[in-house]
Amino acid sequence: MRRDKQEAQAQFNRRSLLLSGLGAGAFAALGARMYGLQVLEQDAYRLLSEQNQFNFRLQPPARGRLLDRFGEPLAENRESYRLMIVRDQAGDPRAALERLSRYMPLSEARIERILRAVSRTSRFTPVTVAEDLDWETFARINLHLPDLPGITPDVGEVRTYPRPYDFAHVTGYVQAAPPEAANDDPLLLHPGFRIGRTGAELQHEDRLRGSAGQLKVEVNATGRVMREIPEQSIPSVPGQDVTLTLDARAQRTAMEALGDQSAAAVGIDVITGEILVLASTPSFDPNAFVLGIGQEAFAALNNNPYRPLFNKATTGLYAPASTVKVMSSLAALEHGVVDPDETIYCGGHTRLGNRNFHCWRREGHGRVNLHEALKGSCDVYYYEMAHRLGIERYNEMLESCGLGQFFEIGLPYPRRAEGLVPGPAWKRSRRNEPWTTGDTYNVGIGQGALLSSPLQLAVMTARIATGRRVMPTLSRMEGAQPDFGPMGWTDEHINLVRQAMSGVVNEPGGSAYWPLGTRGIDLEGLEMAGKTGTSQVYSITTEERAAGVRDQDDLPWRLRNHGLFVSYAPVAAPRYAVTVVIEHGGGGTRAAVPAQAILRDLVRRDPSNTRPDMFASAARPVTEG
Amino acid sequence: MGVFTQSAPRGFRGKLFEINWAFVLLILLVGLIGVGMLYSVEGGAWNPYASRHAARLGVGLMAMVVIALFPPRFWMGIAYPAFLGALVLLIGVELIGATAMGAQRWIDIGPIRMQPSEIMKIALVLALARYYHDLPEEKVSSLGGLIIPALMIAVPMGLIIKQPDLGTSLLLAATGVVIVFLAGLSWKVIIGAGVMGGIGGGFFFQYGLQDYQRRRIMTFINPEDDPMGAGYHILQSKIALGSGGMTGKGYMEGTQAHLNFLPEKQTDFIFTMLGEEFGFIGGLVVLGLYALILANCIMIATSCRSVFLRLVVMGVATTFSLYVFINVGMVMGMLPVVGVPLPMISYGGTVMMTVLIGLGLILGAHVHRDTEPPKGAGLFG
Repeated sequence: MRRDKQEAQAQFNRRSLLLSGLGAGAFAALGARMYGLQVLEQDAYRLLSEQNQFNFRLQPPARGRLLDRFGEPLAENRESYRLMIVRDQAGDPRAALERLSRYMPLSEARIERILRAVSRTSRFTPVTVAEDLDWETFARINLHLPDLPGITPDVGEVRTYPRPYDFAHVTGYVQAAPPEAANDDPLLLHPGFRIGRTGAELQHEDRLRGSAGQLKVEVNATGRVMREIPEQSIPSVPGQDVTLTLDARAQRTAMEALGDQSAAAVGIDVITGEILVLASTPSFDPNAFVLGIGQEAFAALNNNPYRPLFNKATTGLYAPASTVKVMSSLAALEHGVVDPDETIYCGGHTRLGNRNFHCWRREGHGRVNLHEALKGSCDVYYYEMAHRLGIERYNEMLESCGLGQFFEIGLPYPRRAEGLVPGPAWKRSRRNEPWTTGDTYNVGIGQGALLSSPLQLAVMTARIATGRRVMPTLSRMEGAQPDFGPMGWTDEHINLVRQAMSGVVNEPGGSAYWPLGTRGIDLEGLEMAGKTGTSQVYSITTEERAAGVRDQDDLPWRLRNHGLFVSYAPVAAPRYAVTVVIEHGGGGTRAAVPAQAILRDLVRRDPSNTRPDMFASAARPVTEG
Repeated sequence: MGVFTQSAPRGFRGKLFEINWAFVLLILLVGLIGVGMLYSVEGGAWNPYASRHAARLGVGLMAMVVIALFPPRFWMGIAYPAFLGALVLLIGVELIGATAMGAQRWIDIGPIRMQPSEIMKIALVLALARYYHDLPEEKVSSLGGLIIPALMIAVPMGLIIKQPDLGTSLLLAATGVVIVFLAGLSWKVIIGAGVMGGIGGGFFFQYGLQDYQRRRIMTFINPEDDPMGAGYHILQSKIALGSGGMTGKGYMEGTQAHLNFLPEKQTDFIFTMLGEEFGFIGGLVVLGLYALILANCIMIATSCRSVFLRLVVMGVATTFSLYVFINVGMVMGMLPVVGVPLPMISYGGTVMMTVLIGLGLILGAHVHRDTEPPKGAGLFG
């Protein structure tokens, strides 16, 4: 019995020892595993730990401003009071938004839209609930923030266009990047970040955008930011300001002068080629696009027959009509097909074969020389000029003046707007018909298939006014002014044309003398020259004439003629060229009035870029009548 | 004093003198590490964890010493009633238990919330030790001698699995098996049972486990497969440990713990936090302290003259070592996540109580190592 006991004790000790060994082995395994994790693999785990601990929050850059030539902002940023929702903190986002709707109006549709956006993003990504809140609402919500879990107030920046309608077609607008363009660029996906979608905003996107910064933050396991670490962050680089050549005040003058007509105006500094005015009416409010324009409002803009979204100044195409007579005169003189004193009889029409080609003045101009013809815009004279020149030489002059040419001015075009200078080759390829003298007659008075943009006509005027190959631009050039090469015209010829253009405005019988000189419009201090044009949209038929339709005003708006006016000033030392097109405006004389207003404003403006020797008259103060 | 036989230390002062105070000090030290870590859990605040842990530690250590003074006959006497009582409580949990953390483990008795499964750990050790103390050695491997211990292990185990608490039931089973093994079960039976158990275990895995338990075992095999789901906790725990490196990130500087990447850091994952803040060296020190405690237990066990005390000591020591091993192995991704706390360090009243009662029994076994109660001795026998 005693030995059994001893034997049992010994067996117990043996087995205890065995278990101790097992236990020691198990502890050694724990130690080895710990060594592996904490010593051998510590670097890998330290990295993972830091990835857990730290996060980088995108810091969107402030967008550069768009400025006019004098530094007046056309597009800038302002503070926007925003509300964001973070799903992780909100719990039930719908309940959170419904609680929020007690403090600010939130329609059911809007809640639905926000919820869709929330469900598409990660739990920790803030989604915009409302932007651009007024201070009162924002303050009220901040006060009730403890009752609104998941709602975060935030002060962001939003693009704003201080004079919205005046520059809409030049500045364009910014909007959130379309999903397909955003790809995986975190900046483009950032809520509230917008990129240029049209106009200069799009053209200069790279310079305006700047680059995003990264704010290093410590986050906890639920993604909540515990601490910001600015010293280890990369600050965002704000975008650069972009200065455009526009003169904001002159642009406003243009917009006011064009009023609610469907029209366009272009103003160019003929020495530098800088575009000072680029106006298209009616316009739209680009601010509406920034915060997301509703479908209805967009449809209204899109379906408006005056086409407010369309930049008529650069892309609107019109028959240049009688404004071509400036070029036609010069070409005739240059090629020696006419003597300036030679007179041609205008009896109101001329015959070509069995066709009658009318002059706009039914009773005719009588015998006119070049000066008289241009001043009075005699069609019969210019049928003859075009005929004498022939279509090739005629077109050559038009093209060298800028018609049919594409000008890269620093604005994205929705489509290339070269217009059209038709010739025999074009007619052959288009209609498979030979070019006729009748076609030359038509093109000779700026009708037919001839098409040009207001910008092209402004360039043409600038080239006539200076005799140099002026190139238009919207991007301000620093320092040296461009040196445009000479057109190669004879001074004597160009002076004859300019004198006739002055006569249009300043001499009795001039086609713009009547509206400008006699209608109480004070031309004092404004020495301008110009040329009218009436672009035919619809021929009044004999039947209509018989039924009493006598005048353009009797026609429906969309059938009335376009009114064109090209001009420059001062006459002695041309500095500014202005072109105005009034769609369906009835006649060229109606375009002359706004052109005069714009020119006056440009001339009166302090021409800080003007060489004093060239332009003493412009510095003279002008009293308004 | 007739209840004490042979050379038991006499008198209260004599017994106090016999207490292994070095052992008590080791336990206190581990407990204080727990207080320190729980202070860090709350980012340097005593409430709610550290202060309560400290209070429980103080009361528990005193209780431990008091328990050590009770004679072995007392424990033999209450062994069976305690076991039956624990069994009743386990059944009670089934019927009226409160649910915590998705499992029915708690029972409310007035103001006290308790886990009967914890009480069962002590009760089973006592009951099995008592059984083998009374059983003649030659019957240990007999069929009759096997059936009763097998039932004593299997019935509570089954009840605890139903709660469901896989970790505790396996812990209970392992403890029971160790006691049966140390009682002298013949190797033939052990091997036979091992083979049978392997086959039975396979079936059990397939049909006896809850889905979540099976998933836990599967994600243990490759936790990185599911980094945001089941394996997330283990992965974060490994990141915390690994990023602690050799010397740790510093006290209260554990980013994984304090930024809440670490789950349950006041209970199951407290060792991870310790490893993150004190590194490999800190973890090694804690494992070393546990190893010292366990070495002490084995020395006490082999010095005991009675079968009852030997088996009680080894039973409790087995439970204790399994706590440590499973917990530390779990947080390092070596073992499945089964929710076993780290003794004396993890926050939790019931666990602290059972651990200290168990250690009190071991301490008492040292005091009464030369005592040898007769077979069949009861509380008043």
